[in-house]
Amino acid sequence: MTNRVLLATFDDDEDLLAATTAAREQGLHIVDAFTPYAVHGLDRAMGLAQSRLTWVCFICGMLGALGMLWFEHETAAVWWPIDVGGKPWDSLPSDVPVAFEAAVLLAGFGSVFALFAVCRLFPGKKPTNVFPRTTDDRFVLVIDEADSSFDLPSVRQMFGEFNVIDVEERVSDGGSIL
Amino acid sequence: MSDSQSPLRPPLITGDKSLGDVTRDICAPMHCKPTGLWWAGFLVSLAALILGFTAVWYQIAVGIGTWGLNKTVGWAFDITNFVFWVGIGHAGTLISAVLFLFRAKWRTAVNRSAEAMTLFAVMCAGIFPLIHMGRPWLAYWMAPYPNTRGSLWVNFKSPLLWDVFAISTYLLISAIFWYVGLIPDLATIRDRSKPGLRNRITSILSLGWNGSARTWHRYETVYLLLAGLATPLVFSVHTIVSMDFATSVIPGWHTTIFPPYFVAGAIFSGLAMVTTLMIIARKTMRLEDYITHKHIERMCLLMLSMGCIVGLAYGTEFFMAAYSGNAYEQFVFKNRALGPMRWAYWTMVTCNVGIPQLLWFKSIRKSLPMVFVIVVFVNIGMWFERFVIIVTSLHRDFLPSSWAHYTPTSIEIATLAGSFGLFFTCFLLFCRIAPAIAIAEVKGAAHLKKHAAPKSVDAQQIAQTESVSPEESLTKVT
Repeated sequence: MTNRVLLATFDDDEDLLAATTAAREQGLHIVDAFTPYAVHGLDRAMGLAQSRLTWVCFICGMLGALGMLWFEHETAAVWWPIDVGGKPWDSLPSDVPVAFEAAVLLAGFGSVFALFAVCRLFPGKKPTNVFPRTTDDRFVLVIDEADSSFDLPSVRQMFGEFNVIDVEERVSDGGSIL
Repeated sequence: MSDSQSPLRPPLITGDKSLGDVTRDICAPMHCKPTGLWWAGFLVSLAALILGFTAVWYQIAVGIGTWGLNKTVGWAFDITNFVFWVGIGHAGTLISAVLFLFRAKWRTAVNRSAEAMTLFAVMCAGIFPLIHMGRPWLAYWMAPYPNTRGSLWVNFKSPLLWDVFAISTYLLISAIFWYVGLIPDLATIRDRSKPGLRNRITSILSLGWNGSARTWHRYETVYLLLAGLATPLVFSVHTIVSMDFATSVIPGWHTTIFPPYFVAGAIFSGLAMVTTLMIIARKTMRLEDYITHKHIERMCLLMLSMGCIVGLAYGTEFFMAAYSGNAYEQFVFKNRALGPMRWAYWTMVTCNVGIPQLLWFKSIRKSLPMVFVIVVFVNIGMWFERFVIIVTSLHRDFLPSSWAHYTPTSIEIATLAGSFGLFFTCFLLFCRIAPAIAIAEVKGAAHLKKHAAPKSVDAQQIAQTESVSPEESLTKVT
């Protein structure tokens, strides 16, 4: 199914933000925006929901901590208890440092791998820049023209008010819009 | 809603740069030929590294007897160097993670090299626990895995084992934090590079990054999470390192002040090392517009505050010993200041408490050569702090008949030199192959305004183009 999309290029992050807010207010369907750095407030302007990766981090951390605590208990109190200086077999306070480190390790790596999975980032992936300078100094807003009430001239004029540098139409065949 | 920058605040990036300028300036050192200064530094570091490698090889082949250790002083240079390097690593994480949580935008010019410094410092640190074992080829016995020794498990109650987990976790988390921060910059380099080796490597390592805002949104979330994880990690790692001493019974070691004392000292010494590297990097890579005097000023103020905390810790230790009435504890401190190793103690106090007081004076903070000299002294002083804690507490403890002296052998000194060699070799290579400043982060923090018109255009044209300001555009929409 072919899809027409509109690419609006800006060279200032505030222009992109204002344009995104205006586009959303007009009810235009925003596919995505491409920026060389994380623009503060853009996620809110695009109406993106809060990421659930924080939950992944928390759950991985808990798994790490509890798993490590279980392991420390089993080795020291069940499988082969060894008397070291008369200390008790299952001493929770002394289990804490290693369990904490395991929690941090699992939480960190879990979040990062989840990020890669959700964003489909992997080594060897072909770069899918819509515009070559989006990693340098250009900000691109991509609007979907699927709505039948989409009026190209008025949208162009609206973007013009935000110092748009270039407005380009592309056709995507259900895949990428390169 | 973008946050606006107060006009009173000095710009984060000087020199009226555009976003494209930022990319070009930061990527420039990777493309041009290395300068004579770089080669000089690299060859000296490499020489030190080879010397250290030889010394370590010899020591592993012949044994710990090649060191100057004895039954009384069982730990000296080995653990001093270990704690020294771990401490240096902590400042990198402080700048990356803790300053990120505090929303200190100025960190963006220094956090990439600071994190790289952390990685190299932790690598240097990790060498010492490995080589100080009697049988380093059995180091894998420190890992808890099912084995044929009855399944003999490690002793989770020992701080030495907590260290294994802490340092490993710290190295891995620092690496992943550094790499995740690098991904957008690798994409920038990929998109600028011609087909070739650099293009291929950055293509693979940038994971197909394209600047999508949806990805940035999740990325920023994970970055915040990593920063939030790295902060308690810093505190926990150096606390665990301090427990190596605090959980013992020796006067001078067995004190509850050690965890905060060590953490403050680590941050202090690490900041000094970061400042050293910053001053060198900004000059040699022509990044004076990015690592500005304001950055150095802020580092100096952080160091001053940490130095005062360290000085307070010294005073507290002394007071607690005096107030405790414990003869052994009191003796340790008298011995440190007046005994045969008093030269080390007074070096430590002068370098850590005395010399940093110069940083109260703005004229000194503004002078980069003065700051460079001060931070070198701080590094020396902090090395001596660990040496004093370890060796002076050991060489004269409870039983006078056990008292002994300690003299380092050439092997130990060569190993210390080798660790510096490894650190600087890695750092100099890093400056050549990776962007020394976080390109995307510094762009995001600096609020660079696009140029309204090229500089060569006359005043009338500039007045016309500037008449439609973004504020007016916004009011037209609403």
